[in-house]
Amino acid sequence: MSVTQHDSAAIAGKPEGWNRPAVIAPETDGEGELMEVAMGPHHPSTHGVFRMDVALDGERVIRLRPVFGYLHRNHEKIAEGQSYLASMPYTDRLDYICPITNNWAYALAVEKLTGQEVPERAEYLRVILGELTRFQNHASSIGFLTQEMGAMGTPLMYAFREREKILDLFEELTGARMMVNYMRFGGCRVDASPGWLDRTRKVVAGLAGFVDEFDQLLSSNEILMARTQGVGVLRPELAVNAGVTGPMLRASGVNYDIRKVDGYGIYNRFNFRVPLGDHGDVYDRYMIRMLEMRESIGILQQALKEIQPGPVMSPTAKIRGLRPKPGEAYGRIEAPKGELGFYLISDGGPNPYRYRVRPPSLINLTVLEDMCLGVNVADVVLIFGSVDIVLGEVDR
Amino acid sequence: MKTVEEIKSAIEAAVPGATVEIALNPNPSLQPSLRIAPECALAVAKFLRDDEELRLDYLSNVTGVDWPDSLEAVYHLYSVEKKHGPLILRMHTVNRTDQVELPSLTPIWRSAEFQEREIFDLYGIVFTGHPDLRRLLMWEGFKDHPMRRDYVEPDDFEYEPTAHDEVLKRAQAHQTVAAGQPIPGQHEAEAGA
Repeated sequence: MSVTQHDSAAIAGKPEGWNRPAVIAPETDGEGELMEVAMGPHHPSTHGVFRMDVALDGERVIRLRPVFGYLHRNHEKIAEGQSYLASMPYTDRLDYICPITNNWAYALAVEKLTGQEVPERAEYLRVILGELTRFQNHASSIGFLTQEMGAMGTPLMYAFREREKILDLFEELTGARMMVNYMRFGGCRVDASPGWLDRTRKVVAGLAGFVDEFDQLLSSNEILMARTQGVGVLRPELAVNAGVTGPMLRASGVNYDIRKVDGYGIYNRFNFRVPLGDHGDVYDRYMIRMLEMRESIGILQQALKEIQPGPVMSPTAKIRGLRPKPGEAYGRIEAPKGELGFYLISDGGPNPYRYRVRPPSLINLTVLEDMCLGVNVADVVLIFGSVDIVLGEVDR
Repeated sequence: MKTVEEIKSAIEAAVPGATVEIALNPNPSLQPSLRIAPECALAVAKFLRDDEELRLDYLSNVTGVDWPDSLEAVYHLYSVEKKHGPLILRMHTVNRTDQVELPSLTPIWRSAEFQEREIFDLYGIVFTGHPDLRRLLMWEGFKDHPMRRDYVEPDDFEYEPTAHDEVLKRAQAHQTVAAGQPIPGQHEAEAGA
């Protein structure tokens, strides 16, 4: 994989409307007519309750309308009606595959709003848990993708075997496998014991072998390559313009990783590379996740080596009854699915005046129609799977 | 990146007649923003995206805010090419009731497409120039804007022992379809029963 730099000059020279999906006219051979299919909300490939209204000319997709809202519970309204701390467990339910990074983004936004410092050990714990989360998210995402390609079970079970080990670590540290509610404004809720760190080191030592095995099993598989290469191509300039982030953006060759750009937390202390794709197709998105898993292992090894004893909560941290000064803050992190941001406006009261989640899953779906136009309907399932969404975050 | 003061003067030099104010943020986050007049928003947005020095090619986040006397849309801009940001733009509607139009920035940044639809849905800001302005999360035929602070929740007749006429009539006040017609969307089954 080589580095392709994103060329913004291309954007400036584009005609009006270049960033809209193309209009495809059906072939008028007088035979048959357009068929409209509602894929979802109860469709095994939709990862939850999501609907795509697809117009088909034969097998070819000529229009695709995503329909949202089946899991909408107005998370933002709920959060505006309660204290800052009370929203922390709710953030677990946004992207329920990666609760730790949701906690982290929210804690980061509140810390920006109040100007709180985070002690060093807490930062290390955040990085360790965040990278474990990224690892298990990418592994399961690849597992789901291959499942949709017809590899029933095996790769997904391999991925879930590793995920199980990571979730056991989460359970031991936080008390819950998925709904962890672990971070606090100014630190983390509980400290990790030396035994937990040792067990984490042991698990991390086994992850590299898993990635090698997974890589050998899948990356040069003929069926996987035939189904994914050249399918669902996303051009880099459209990806940037449409706000696509995360592995999907980097698969299109755009070098933008918020861990590097913002260097939030202590990420600028670690050595890691940002893998970039060449073609922006489904295969590149698959491959970027595979390579990011390897980079995550590297970060984990460095963090587990460097972590020192110390407090996990800032002594000046105010958590309960928090009343930030009037003002606003936007905090964002590189979540496994893309840029996860929280935008908070405080009016000085105990509840946020405005609480906004910037969901990577929803915004990455903006270009779903552009990628799916003209492909066969069977490939829509793969393209959709390669976006890697969670409906809890899309519909909020 | 340039400071907001410098960006303000750059905008005023490049877009004649643009009204730009700095909205300070008295808060440790140090994220001041620029309040722009809706009339010049498209020209300002185009300038910010295409300017050689700024190149704010990535619109990250669009937020709707309900203030006591107006509705507001907040845009968080970053640059992927220059790796800087955020620059925060804000636009206000005239009031909360009948003059709620703002220009859509979707023609400039596609990432606003779903987010502006969401704000139209939940706050009721009408984005003129949006290519496909429909409700995003609530169903078609729903009348109110749930994120507004004065929103009243509909009667939750799913928890009534039986969905009798009086409850259905109260619930129908939140639908735009004519009385007597079946209620579209997820309440079809209850209405038909």
